[in-house]
Amino acid sequence: MQANLRRDFLTSSASGIGGIALSHLLNQETFADAHVAKNSHFSPKTKNCIFIFMAGAPSQLDLFDYKPKLNELNGKKMDAELLKGKRFAFLQKESAVLMGSSRKFSQHGKSGMWFSDLVPNLAKCSDDICMIRSMHTDQFNHHPGQLQMQCGEAKFGIPSTGSWINYGLGSENQNLPGYIVLTAGRGSSGGATLWQNGFLPSNYAGVQFRNGDSPLLNLKNPNGIPIQLQKSGLETLRKLNEKHFSRTLDPEILSRIENYELAFRMQSAAPELVDLSNETSKTLENYGVNRQLPKEGGGRGKGNGNTYADFSRNCLLARRMVERGVRFVNIIHASWDHHSNLDPEISFNARMSDQPIAALINDLKERGLLDETLVVWAGEFGRTPLGENRPGRKANTGRDHHPNAFTVLMAGGGVRGGLTYGSTDEIGWNPEENPVHVNDFQATLLHLFGLDHEKLTYNHAGTQRRLTSITRKSRVIKDILT
Amino acid sequence: MTITFTILSWTDLRAKIDFEREVRPILINKCINCHGGIKAKSGLNFTKKNTVFNKLNSGEIAVTAKSPLKSELFHRITSTDESDKMPPDKPLSQKEINTIKAWIKEGAIWPEHWAYSPLQKKAQNGSSIDEIIVAKLKEIGITQSKIANKRTLIRRLSLDLIGLPPSKIEINNFINDTSENAYEKLVQRLLESKHFGERWARHWLDSARYADSDGYEKDNIRPNAWIWRKWVIDTINNDMPFDQFTIEQISGDLKKNAKPSQVLATAFHRQTLYNREGGVDPEEDRTKRTIDRANTTALVWLGLSLECAQCHDHPYDSLTQKEFYQFYSFFNDMTESEIDYESDFLEKKSKVRVMKRKDRQTFIFHRGDFLQPMKEIKISSTTPSSLPQINADKSKEWDRIDLGNWLVNVNNPLSSRVLSNDIWTKLFGASLVQTKSDFGTRSTPPEQLYLLDHLAEKFNQLNWSRKKLIAYIVNSKTYKQSSIRRKETDEKDPDNHFYHRQNRFRIEGEIVRDIFLSSSGLIKHKIGGPSVFPPIPDGVAEQSFAGNFKWKTSQGDDRYRRGMYTFFKRTAPDPNLITFDCPDANVSITKRNISNNPIIALATLGNEVFHEAAQALAKRIIKNLPNDNDQDRIAEAFQLCTSRKSKPEETNELMTLLKKSRHFYAENKEEAKTVIGKYSIENIEAADLAPWVNVSRIILNLDETITRE
Repeated sequence: MQANLRRDFLTSSASGIGGIALSHLLNQETFADAHVAKNSHFSPKTKNCIFIFMAGAPSQLDLFDYKPKLNELNGKKMDAELLKGKRFAFLQKESAVLMGSSRKFSQHGKSGMWFSDLVPNLAKCSDDICMIRSMHTDQFNHHPGQLQMQCGEAKFGIPSTGSWINYGLGSENQNLPGYIVLTAGRGSSGGATLWQNGFLPSNYAGVQFRNGDSPLLNLKNPNGIPIQLQKSGLETLRKLNEKHFSRTLDPEILSRIENYELAFRMQSAAPELVDLSNETSKTLENYGVNRQLPKEGGGRGKGNGNTYADFSRNCLLARRMVERGVRFVNIIHASWDHHSNLDPEISFNARMSDQPIAALINDLKERGLLDETLVVWAGEFGRTPLGENRPGRKANTGRDHHPNAFTVLMAGGGVRGGLTYGSTDEIGWNPEENPVHVNDFQATLLHLFGLDHEKLTYNHAGTQRRLTSITRKSRVIKDILT
Repeated sequence: MTITFTILSWTDLRAKIDFEREVRPILINKCINCHGGIKAKSGLNFTKKNTVFNKLNSGEIAVTAKSPLKSELFHRITSTDESDKMPPDKPLSQKEINTIKAWIKEGAIWPEHWAYSPLQKKAQNGSSIDEIIVAKLKEIGITQSKIANKRTLIRRLSLDLIGLPPSKIEINNFINDTSENAYEKLVQRLLESKHFGERWARHWLDSARYADSDGYEKDNIRPNAWIWRKWVIDTINNDMPFDQFTIEQISGDLKKNAKPSQVLATAFHRQTLYNREGGVDPEEDRTKRTIDRANTTALVWLGLSLECAQCHDHPYDSLTQKEFYQFYSFFNDMTESEIDYESDFLEKKSKVRVMKRKDRQTFIFHRGDFLQPMKEIKISSTTPSSLPQINADKSKEWDRIDLGNWLVNVNNPLSSRVLSNDIWTKLFGASLVQTKSDFGTRSTPPEQLYLLDHLAEKFNQLNWSRKKLIAYIVNSKTYKQSSIRRKETDEKDPDNHFYHRQNRFRIEGEIVRDIFLSSSGLIKHKIGGPSVFPPIPDGVAEQSFAGNFKWKTSQGDDRYRRGMYTFFKRTAPDPNLITFDCPDANVSITKRNISNNPIIALATLGNEVFHEAAQALAKRIIKNLPNDNDQDRIAEAFQLCTSRKSKPEETNELMTLLKKSRHFYAENKEEAKTVIGKYSIENIEAADLAPWVNVSRIILNLDETITRE
């Protein structure tokens, strides 16, 4: 919003008024500082977001989108009309047959929302969950799909959702990054591009915490440097860096200045943030922070370490972060790409994530934080009702990429709990009612923060860029708002 | 009629439709999902030119040059008949239809994919880096930046070529050398420095996914991995031509009467992860390693991501699954082996892990599953058909020697482009090709294609001499430009795609360490040798999954070696490397991320290694200038960190900090002793030395200290 102002302002003040005036002006409200809370376009419904990104594309058909007809048609070919012009990564369309789900589905909560037996704990939260079953995207490969889900389009060098929101609103907490990334298990195919700042200044990029039980290092000053000297030292550092900015005009220096100041504030705020010792043993148990990896089956993408414990800790850390005003927390877990061996693999991942995510929703609710915190559960696309077949394969044990239809969960933060929105046809092939494009979902997410996706823009190379594609007319899904 | 009108005005405005930029993106985004590598419906595959211009299964021809009406493609995209129209779901926009029509009318020019086609050598585009850059800048209406000052130049060159900041004497010598070729002499001196090999070896180690341990849960250490690293350093210092450098690493073991060093070279492919967990099927892991070798080779030399083709035909590159396994087959004859290695730098014969030949039959794996070999199809080693076909005697079975020769054949434009772009990227912090790791058919041609091709040709002409190509680039005015931003370029070239200036960027993690250690005088130079163990925070080594690893912090000189020698334990790497975006060594990386965040600030402010540098820097300036005044000492420290003199207002700021620090330590003598640590000076009070530690650490934390300008 203030971007042009900011840039013009900086370059003119840098070349005109000079460094000293600049350092003074840096503190003015007109400056689009990442750590200054800014006004939204209209009254917001949520303040924070915990975006749990299940990279690799979880099978909606085995988790949320119950299709009894698909089970009936198991092994049968599907209507050729539906296949016309459809894209797949692996599937042989001509010979493919439908594959029912081996999961047991049942209805939960006041609304009778459907969940499979893979997510019994999430099912218990159904009255708080809004389930969108009619999502669709343009991308059918992982990295492009992940980019579209996080950044609006499948492009490098463009900002992610968390960057846009922090750019638009600033931070509620001066002492922690406004955008924190927590990962567990093997990295996603998108890697750091999923929390990129793109053309926004680099202090809007997500800050990745370490995996495991020491998420942040080097928080203490070296012995013999008391806080007041740290403070005077950083004051000097800021002035010198500003002087150098006025000579080079490199915005990376401005980001570095902000990062040093934030680092200083984190020194007091972060130890307490990552210290779980004050959490009750009940809380730790609810989240499953001390769980061991199961011995049997699954987990081919688990990477090094104990993914179960790491994922649980990340969910708990996310609550602690939003409690302290961190605007956007991205919890990323890869390895939902189940082309084969679907049953044991998805069970492994579901057991890993079901308990801690449900614990998170309940915990936020008990603390009165769910109203102002949006929790999102999403992958980059869905999986096919067709079994993945390949010449020479004995049996179909997995599903292929399916950009046409998938399911996303939202909870809290101004969305209607107990609402199942949109539907797919009887086999889960295409959205039937109320299709929601990824960009519509993003427009809605911004709307919940009080931001108009067409107004939250930044001028880059002469174009007003935004999170949603500028060539597509995206809409806010008003029906799901409280 | 309206349409015709639109088309006329369109063609009036546009001289020629650019297939790569205008037509291919439409085909890729809208058509290839059904008419591409995975499914060539009706025989039409837009990744294969011949299917587009020849008769299809139906007898129709998709595209007839100059005649939209005789082109089935045009009929289908304009059809209103539900059963005919293409694409079936979402029709093309009018603009897209117009583009395709105009393109067909103009003759349907379908050039080879830019990256696979022969190097373009058009004299009118310029015959040097500067001419090509200036011509393009003229087109967009901006000028080159002026040449940077001498201090910036020597620091830039030193960091780029040897990864170390210039010493005070070196700076003075350069400034005082007023001869015409002072700069060229400096370039030559740096290229001859033994540190050149270290700097450029580290780049290569990124590509090679080098580490000192196996990876996975067991993550056993590889005690002699460094011997190959030393080979890389020496080889680069000796400027082994890149073609030979390639061939020895790909196939050194196959050479007749191969020298031990040639066999050692094959350890490039010994760097893959190795899973020694109990339950692992050894054949499965071997297959994984082989796939990694194929993928790494394709990425590093060909700029291609082959991964997806291991399970299925590549969705958008014209690469079939069969072709993937034909490429994989080159590496399927490799097996892990060990040799006794002797060298001057080794005290005694040492066992080194290398690769050797072992014959195996290759099969396509269904979905990449090693348990499902398709035995009915025999696979022999060969390169993908869409890639340049050159001098290939395909009458005999190819092996890795042929592969090596093919990769670096002067007529292979793809690898010449990829490799010269790699060198350019290291010298500008920016790739000429936007997607550095993807030169495949989805990649758009670079804005500076002529420049890229010029460099590729130059690399060939210079007989693949890495040093000579670097000299050629850094001697250009384009390289020497100032990196200061200019407001007037914001609209026309905001991201500096056209190189109207140099780039300014934070240097890599290893070099951050090297600068801290160099500025403070702590650094110990020894080229090569086993990896070392600088201090790391408590608890990091314990993260290693099996808990089988003790980080025994090095004592003596080894505590202060360059960052590239830090022991790299894959499951518990030194956070001082990872925080600054050093790769995790799990897969090959050809361009690093550069993050800028508070975690980095916390490291350089609080980490033990970096604080020790501040203590040593304080001691150093006082020792260097025993009788000097405060301003001179500040200037000394400033120059040691940034290679330039501080300006009076900068010195004043630091003086203020010095005074505040003095005030504090005068009253807090114990704190003073603590902060100087073991860096006390005889006859100097801790309270007099301590303020300098605080000043030194701030200078070390300047943006400029860790930035190459």
